[in-house]
Amino acid sequence: MAQILSAALSIGFHGLAFAMVLYLISVGLSVTMGLMGFVNLAHGVFAMAGGYVMTGLMSRLGLPFALALAIAVTGVALASVVFERLLYRRFYGGAELDQVLLTMGLIFISVAVAKHFFGSQAQAMQPPLALSGRIDLAGRDFPAYRGFLILCGAALVTALWLGLERTRFGAQIRAAVDNLRMAQSVGIDTSLLFTFAFALGSGLAALGGGLGADILAIDPNYALENLVYFLIVVAVGGLGSIRGPFLAALLLGIGDTAFKYLLPEFGAFFIYAIAMGILLWRPRGLFGRA
Amino acid sequence: MATARPVRAGLSGPAAASRDPVESFVRRHRSRPLEALPWLIAIACYFAFPDYDALGAQIFATILFALSLDLVLGYAGIVTLGHAAFFGTGAYAAGLLAAHGWGEPLTGLCIAAIVAGLLGLATGALILRTTGLSLLMQTLVVSVMLYEAANKARPITGGDDGLQGMQVWPIFGRLPFDLFGRTAYWYCLAILFLGWLMARQIVHSAFGRSLVGMRENPARMHALGAPVGRRRLILYTIAAALAGIAGALIAQITQVVGLSSLGLDRSGAVLIMLIIGGVGRLYGAFIGVPLYMIAQDRFAELDPTEWYFWIGLLMVLVVLFARGGVLGLVQSRLRQ
Repeated sequence: MAQILSAALSIGFHGLAFAMVLYLISVGLSVTMGLMGFVNLAHGVFAMAGGYVMTGLMSRLGLPFALALAIAVTGVALASVVFERLLYRRFYGGAELDQVLLTMGLIFISVAVAKHFFGSQAQAMQPPLALSGRIDLAGRDFPAYRGFLILCGAALVTALWLGLERTRFGAQIRAAVDNLRMAQSVGIDTSLLFTFAFALGSGLAALGGGLGADILAIDPNYALENLVYFLIVVAVGGLGSIRGPFLAALLLGIGDTAFKYLLPEFGAFFIYAIAMGILLWRPRGLFGRA
Repeated sequence: MATARPVRAGLSGPAAASRDPVESFVRRHRSRPLEALPWLIAIACYFAFPDYDALGAQIFATILFALSLDLVLGYAGIVTLGHAAFFGTGAYAAGLLAAHGWGEPLTGLCIAAIVAGLLGLATGALILRTTGLSLLMQTLVVSVMLYEAANKARPITGGDDGLQGMQVWPIFGRLPFDLFGRTAYWYCLAILFLGWLMARQIVHSAFGRSLVGMRENPARMHALGAPVGRRRLILYTIAAALAGIAGALIAQITQVVGLSSLGLDRSGAVLIMLIIGGVGRLYGAFIGVPLYMIAQDRFAELDPTEWYFWIGLLMVLVVLFARGGVLGLVQSRLRQ
């Protein structure tokens, strides 16, 4: 009995940390898809860029963790504005095939660029000293950094939700997701709103990529390898929803950890099967609107 | 969302569409002189570049794969990220047969086609009910599920070491596969020709035209009484079988099946090849695949990383400036 509890605790802990990373990365994707009608397969590229900038600043320039992370998030968010204005914007609400091709192309470019500058091995992530120890939970010890990840993720999620509920910007986003034309006709500058939402989503992805660098290893194939996970979170959660992807990320993070722990011989097979089952049952996702 | 594109009238251009519909149907089936061109070039290449027969055979098999994707994507308008699922299934079916004592190539192809077709039927029946992102996801999830299954079923598939020990018998018991790929060249060319005949027949038939109608406006086709779901499923199954044959061809001529035959990058690569040539035009595969594969053969050995960069850049440029691929550019140039 004690063993089962201990295993459950372990799965829950690591699963929760994974879920936080997945949610931070994917929530921006949900907004891009729901708000702009754009299938951005290259969303993971922003997460990867965040991870590379952060680890690079830490290992090459010796910057402290928090500063490196802040620079990475700001840098990626600003860079994403350039992409949004120059490339993405033309394809909002357009043919799905174009969006898929454009963003697949960006993924391929990102693979080559990352390999060129950083080599093909994964980047080592050194958590700050204060977080690199281990903590004791009910007789089992866990890496303190993962605990920090869970707390940090929970705080960010709360801040994000409060921001969307309480601020003017959040209200505008919710209005535009609900009814774009109506939002435009009451005078919301949706063009500017799109850019801000995109930058926010990309910044959060960079944050997730940087914070989660020890769960989803930063290597050149990052955007391609983890694409399925990010898409599952968004599709299962429901497009344009902010809370749906959180539930989906919890399901995926904990489910994936559990299956890989209990049935390693099947790998990720069951989690894909479950995702498919949910999508067949509710094609618009758990929180998607019919 | 259905792609909002004007209805295309094949290579014959808008002139044929404007005439009497019966006349235009008959005209479609008639072969045009230009259609012989790819085959003549293929035969000429055998004599002109004798050192590249093995590459040629792979190009033909990949054209067949891209052709099957063109049916799904270009004609039925189903955006799929998991077409390699059928390619890999066919490859593993033919590979497992040949590794376990049945190396007859033609029956191998037939069985691969049946297995891949059944997979297409089964998954299509499930996933084709959905549309948009959900459908895109389902195609992707089907292929990653298969990838994971093949990866973990190491005793059967060899896992990431690949399936080895294939023994492929001579074709008709007479024509053995040689080291230089000469037999493979003609074998793949012949199978591609048959596959192309079938695809051409489908595309030009009333069935094929109704698919284009469903791509452009599914609601209207429903209202007209066309069995939208069933027809899309039939086409999906046929395309899956064709993709399975393409996979089986590659497996038989290279005598090895790797996990990558099921991978996402395979689905992506074939999509790119088709886009470069031109989607929904039946001949896009014949232009895009050789361009891509010959370029890859030339440049990828120098630096595989750079190759990814240029391919990615090319995709972005094609989407921005040349939506119809090479054929689209030619077509608009001819019209001017």
